[in-house]
Amino acid sequence: MTMRKLIVTLTLAASSLMAALPAQAESIRIATEGAYAPFNMKDESGELKGFDVDIANALCEQMQAECEIVAQDWEGIIPGLMTRKYDAIIASMSITDERLRVVDFTDRYYSNVLAFVAPKGAQLDTSKEGLKGKTVGAQRATIAGQYLEDELADIVDVKLYDTQDNAYLDLAAGRLDALLSDKFPAYDWMQTESGQGFEFQGDDIDIDDKIAIAVRKGDPLKEKFNAAIKAIVENGTYKAINDKYFPFSIY
Amino acid sequence: MSWDWSIIWQYLPRLLDGALLTLELVAISGLIGFALAVPLALLRVSSNPWVRALPFAYIFFFRGTPLLVQIFLIYYGASQFEAIKQSVLWNVLSQPYWCAIIAFSMNTAAYSAELIRGAIQAIPRGELEAAEALGMSRPLQVRRIVLPRAFGIVLPAYGNELILMLKGSSLASTITLLDLTGMARTIIARTYTPLEIFFAAGMIYLLISACFIGGFRLLERRLNRYQHYRHHIAHEMTDIDPRLQD
Repeated sequence: MTMRKLIVTLTLAASSLMAALPAQAESIRIATEGAYAPFNMKDESGELKGFDVDIANALCEQMQAECEIVAQDWEGIIPGLMTRKYDAIIASMSITDERLRVVDFTDRYYSNVLAFVAPKGAQLDTSKEGLKGKTVGAQRATIAGQYLEDELADIVDVKLYDTQDNAYLDLAAGRLDALLSDKFPAYDWMQTESGQGFEFQGDDIDIDDKIAIAVRKGDPLKEKFNAAIKAIVENGTYKAINDKYFPFSIY
Repeated sequence: MSWDWSIIWQYLPRLLDGALLTLELVAISGLIGFALAVPLALLRVSSNPWVRALPFAYIFFFRGTPLLVQIFLIYYGASQFEAIKQSVLWNVLSQPYWCAIIAFSMNTAAYSAELIRGAIQAIPRGELEAAEALGMSRPLQVRRIVLPRAFGIVLPAYGNELILMLKGSSLASTITLLDLTGMARTIIARTYTPLEIFFAAGMIYLLISACFIGGFRLLERRLNRYQHYRHHIAHEMTDIDPRLQD
């Protein structure tokens, strides 16, 4: 390639880049975790998918914004938002007081409840008296783990796991009498082969856990998301996505 | 960023509970591991290649795979087999405590055996020949010469292995045990103060290591006292009469 040709090519490339820029100005970058099936996970080709991703896409369509969804490990997901690596987190994040100190949350896009999982037919009595002396597991650093420690630590033998998958393994191995978990991922696991022999026991535990989108403090994006959430709930888009994953409403 | 000392004091009793479990794991697996390591090392130095093969394979496997993988294989692997779950073995393998002890013991046995083998081979030939010349039988040689000499030689390296094991024991937290690390992580999940709590846990590990190091120094003094002997005597003599200073 001669020098002149090179310059022409570079100039052309540069100008086409310039032309592309204004269109991207409207784009919103959204982070999710990609390790919390069925809400956000990666398929075989590494593509992000799941309930959170579908909701993100539906919201973007509603807002007529161009969106890019990126994967980010859980521990760094709020710091990444604050350093503007992306503009919003749609990753099944619960609204908590600690998080509210550093980020803003939109209205909820689903509600989480906790539930006990045990082998089918175990007829687990999930009252405090019924759980006495049982071994109950949960993932560490989750709302379920916190609930076990706060409410049941004196009554049951609490076992905390690094990942939800390890907790499932031990439940299947028979080391746990029951597992306390976010209900919807556990429901998803029960649909798999290893989760076949298990069912929810007792009543759900409603801890008023609202799942919402996190944005930077004071970002007007919050209001746009709120309007869009309201719109997709009303126009049935939300229900269509919900039904794809669960036969009951999780809103 | 604010540093909160009070959170450390508040959770110190729980961290110390965790430290106790850590010490227990290290002590019990250390003892079992050492008991396994001695026969392994003796087999390993055998001149018969068939006798050497088994300890070689064992050591090769346990040194060549990560401790975390070994723990997971024992803890999560065992539970995959119905046969194991139906057998009496399950009484032991269903408990994370014993799974950790088994994994740590087997792991440290492999490393220690290799250290002891090195020590046995480092014993000066002359000493063994002298034992032979005195008409000692092979078992007597092992008991009177080989092992006592090997323990003296292996000590500094073994102290190192014990400290590595202390730190390796933090992996017990991955199978739900609330050792020092497990306790720290559980507290952090609640308080969101990783810096303070990990700092405190680190200091406790450091303190335990310091005790190990001190203990081994004393033991070394005692087992290798012949090395200090001459120097010591010479020193006393010159104290009595400066002219004796060579």
